[in-house]
Amino acid sequence: MLSIPLWNRVVIWALVAFGLLFAMPNAFYSRVEGHNDAVKAIEAQASTPELEAARGAWPDWLPATIVNLGLDLRGGAHLLAEVQVSDVYADRMDGLWPEVRDALRDERATVGTIRRMPSAPDALRVRISQPEGMDAALRAVRDLARPVTTLTGVGSADIEVASDGDEVVVRLSEAEKLATDSRTVQQSLEIIRRRVDEVGTREPNIQRQAEDRILIQVPGIGSAAELKELIGTTARLTFHPVVSRTEDPDQEPGLRNVLYPSMEDQGVYYILEQTAVVSGEDLTDAQPAFDQNGRPSVTFRFNPSGGRQFGTYTSENVGSPFAIVLDGEVISAPVIQEPILGGSGQITGNFTVEESTQLAILLRAGALPAELTFLEERTIGPELGADSIAAGKVASIVAFTAVLVFMGLSYGLFGIFANVALLLNVGLIFGLLSAIGATLTLPGIAGIVLTIGMAVDANVLVFERIREELKTAKGPARAIELGYEKALSAILDANITTFITASILFMLGSGPVRGFAITLGLGILTSVFTAIYVTRLMIVMWLERRRPRTITV
Amino acid sequence: MRLKLVPSETNWQFFRGSKMTFGASLVAMVLSLLLFAILGLNFGIDFRGGTTIRTESTQAVDVAAYRDALAPLGLGDVSITEVFDPAFGADQNVAQVRIQAQEGQESVTPEVINAVEAALQEVDPTITFPSVESVGPKVSGELVRTAILAVGLAIAAVLVYIWLRFEWQFSLGAVAALVHDVVLTIGIFAALQIKFDLAIIAALLTIVGYSLNDTVVVFDRVRENLRRYKKMDLKEVLNLSINETLSRTVMTSFTTLLALISLFVLGGDVIRGFVFAMIWGVIVGTYSSVFVASNILLMLGVKRDWSKSGDGGAGTQFANVDA
Repeated sequence: MLSIPLWNRVVIWALVAFGLLFAMPNAFYSRVEGHNDAVKAIEAQASTPELEAARGAWPDWLPATIVNLGLDLRGGAHLLAEVQVSDVYADRMDGLWPEVRDALRDERATVGTIRRMPSAPDALRVRISQPEGMDAALRAVRDLARPVTTLTGVGSADIEVASDGDEVVVRLSEAEKLATDSRTVQQSLEIIRRRVDEVGTREPNIQRQAEDRILIQVPGIGSAAELKELIGTTARLTFHPVVSRTEDPDQEPGLRNVLYPSMEDQGVYYILEQTAVVSGEDLTDAQPAFDQNGRPSVTFRFNPSGGRQFGTYTSENVGSPFAIVLDGEVISAPVIQEPILGGSGQITGNFTVEESTQLAILLRAGALPAELTFLEERTIGPELGADSIAAGKVASIVAFTAVLVFMGLSYGLFGIFANVALLLNVGLIFGLLSAIGATLTLPGIAGIVLTIGMAVDANVLVFERIREELKTAKGPARAIELGYEKALSAILDANITTFITASILFMLGSGPVRGFAITLGLGILTSVFTAIYVTRLMIVMWLERRRPRTITV
Repeated sequence: MRLKLVPSETNWQFFRGSKMTFGASLVAMVLSLLLFAILGLNFGIDFRGGTTIRTESTQAVDVAAYRDALAPLGLGDVSITEVFDPAFGADQNVAQVRIQAQEGQESVTPEVINAVEAALQEVDPTITFPSVESVGPKVSGELVRTAILAVGLAIAAVLVYIWLRFEWQFSLGAVAALVHDVVLTIGIFAALQIKFDLAIIAALLTIVGYSLNDTVVVFDRVRENLRRYKKMDLKEVLNLSINETLSRTVMTSFTTLLALISLFVLGGDVIRGFVFAMIWGVIVGTYSSVFVASNILLMLGVKRDWSKSGDGGAGTQFANVDA
């Protein structure tokens, strides 16, 4: 037990050295951060002397991963959004209508005339004039069903078709709803990511949570409200033919028409055809600009198919107005002066420069497929975060010093060994945190301080045991050997149970609490490692060198 | 000479007043539950939904003026508390404004926040808002369920682990100690009306882990001594084991408390409640591993694994069967 083979020693010291190497960049936090940012910037664009200087501040061959600071330490905004997945069902039904119409028209002889009826948003109701042809109608519509394209939904169709009196009712099947939901959330996630990236902040954290939720954490942004504005807007841009203009908000728009308010003029409403000519999905680019009168505007370009549709429509409708609609509000309704064939155009409204810039970003990133509701939001100011870091640092240093002094007084030389192990321990925690890319939060700092207090436990167990064994006078080497041997089961049991609770906390906790679970869990691992291997190796090396006849622990 | 918190050789009779200590623990638990039932916990927005806004100003906090400024907004239940911390500078005056969850909306709308901030700026132009946090009722409901699940799961996992490593009596003893610690912690939070939020759940689980750590070390020694002193009375074995590990128990609790107290004093007001829970937990946990866990073990008795006698030995005079 006391003769530790050479390779074992090499492995132990190598692990320690490795851990410390990874921990080291954290001691030079701002310098390494500057270096990393510079490397990224140089990769992305051309290099400048300043960037090169920032990059040179930290040697390239050293590890440059640093612990991420959580929002509570760095400041920033946190949002938990729920995607209203059922929004998409209505779109799907609208998309299905032309197909259903065509299919039923082919059966006109048996089903008679058809008409779309009002229905719940997630269903499509079609009345046929000859109810006795229902079977044929159902068959025709059912032929439109496609298999669901997911792993779990294999074998089921995407729509369910039923009859209700003289109406054919089409709904999405459960399997298809699940698949659609998943796609909607995925798309929303992508679009949120694009929008946040457009603003260009450092390391935003955007991830899916549970079935239909998205967590968005953006460090450095001023407030959650700002972030909400950026990602909460659906930004669905559509171009509609204008039917008429009115000042009565309650006017009945008529079948398949819609009534939207004007963004510019209070009390003005437009009645538009519900089906859009072109939509924002066909945009390839949008940029903030100024129109000929110097007013802020947004220029846009369509993709080829969008450009063609837009060109055809404008050629056929010169002289009549069309409306540019953003999220259910009419930005403007200009009259078509001439055919727009180039596939590009300009939106002029009552914008400020900020609004036109924002709109351009939103249009470039694309529209959200569904609306978001925000369940949780947190803003932490950078000063508060800096205060927390400062307080955490002071508290850790004081805690550290107190424990070091106390251990030294209690166990003398052995206490010093334990202290060295404790220092290594904290180094290793930081090394591991950096290596796995974990995030340090304020409770995480508390976890480290707690670990400082608890990490000596394994050593205390061993030292106390050695003291006991020394009483039965077996000589120092034997006592140390027995001390380690007999304390081992207590060390393992005690730490495994604590580790179990840390794991549960990690699995069920969120945000800061999870940060605490991580440092606590890693602290347990490193403290067991340093106590069982590192301190023992130090003691063994000391024994070999000094060969003391008696020891006092 | 070495510093010693506990004499190197002790033979204290931990079970002499076992009825007293056990009774005291029971009374404390009942009292905690009563406090919880009567006063309830001062739940933070994590568990109740709502919004908290932290304000900071160079002028002194005037709670009444803040309240008057916010009253016309009609936000329902608004609580304003001033926050004190030794780390604050002389011109750093911090307060916490808490607004109940608004009817019919999940997280707070930017309009409400703007209105609140504008109203407070009216009272005190130097005021700033270092943090704004808002949790909708949907999430807070889930957080409550997850928190209860976490504590329950942790206790169950521990029960199983100790059962596997020791005997079921040990397991019950350890879990009784855990429940004792958790209940007493909830009791003190109800009594002092300290804000109970998600971080406190983390603290509760840490207490579970810590208290267990202590209990397991004592139990480990009990197991060892049961094998070594086959003829010794269970009470004696327990007492001996506690005495033998006492020095370690006190050492570790002391170093942990050293670290926690420095965090309590210097770590800032944001985590003070969290650290308070842990300090309390370490003290209660140390006590419970000696007086609750071992007491339960003594009551349940232990089947000594080498015993072939029919009645199970139960750590009584019948347990003196030779190996």
